[in-house]
Amino acid sequence: MNKVMFFAHLRDKVGKECLLIEASGKTVAELKAEITKEYSLDKMDTVMTAINEEFAGNEEIIQDEDVIAFIPPVSGG
Amino acid sequence: MNYEISKEAIDIQAIINKVVRRDVGAITTFIGTVRELTKGKKTLFLIYEAYESMAVKKLEQIGKEIEERWQGSVVAITHRVGRLEITDVAVVIAVSTPHRADAYEANRYAIERIKEIVPIWKKEHWEDGESWMGNQLETVAYPKGRPEEKDLNE
Repeated sequence: MNKVMFFAHLRDKVGKECLLIEASGKTVAELKAEITKEYSLDKMDTVMTAINEEFAGNEEIIQDEDVIAFIPPVSGG
Repeated sequence: MNYEISKEAIDIQAIINKVVRRDVGAITTFIGTVRELTKGKKTLFLIYEAYESMAVKKLEQIGKEIEERWQGSVVAITHRVGRLEITDVAVVIAVSTPHRADAYEANRYAIERIKEIVPIWKKEHWEDGESWMGNQLETVAYPKGRPEEKDLNE
């Protein structure tokens, strides 16, 4: 299983801090596309992805137990 | 612990103390505060949210980049989360180096990098609404799903 985390406006839109889903074997792009469709998310091309707290590319393959986080454009500082 | 996310008000002197060394000649401190007016619009208060464990890692990464680039530098950064009022301190960056020019440059580098790679978000609350802030002009896209090398290494 994989934990998928949401922050900022994505968290508001999805209505949850995280989901537990089976995503192993999928690429980041595939997972992103599924979630985008399921929750009618927009502007997802500006959203980065982290796997286990490190930025990951769209082509990266998700392994079992990986923690995925969708990172909207940041605004700290 | 030179890199922290804090739910409490930041003790500025405590951050500075972390970078004090006998062989440094300069310490610069950046204090980011909550501004009331942005382009004429009045902010009532802010909520900062962080992906805390990753944010600490990314602050550590920034510190490492600085220590590699500016010889003999020492860095400490604390970013606050939760509800902040106007004039509250949101972030404190302290950088010490042997000579002053490096301390200014490296400190500037740290705040710019925070705005690029550290997973922290602010929600602005106004009299007539609220919104999560990001890159509002939507000028930054990540077609590959992550920041490009040029975004990370400039």
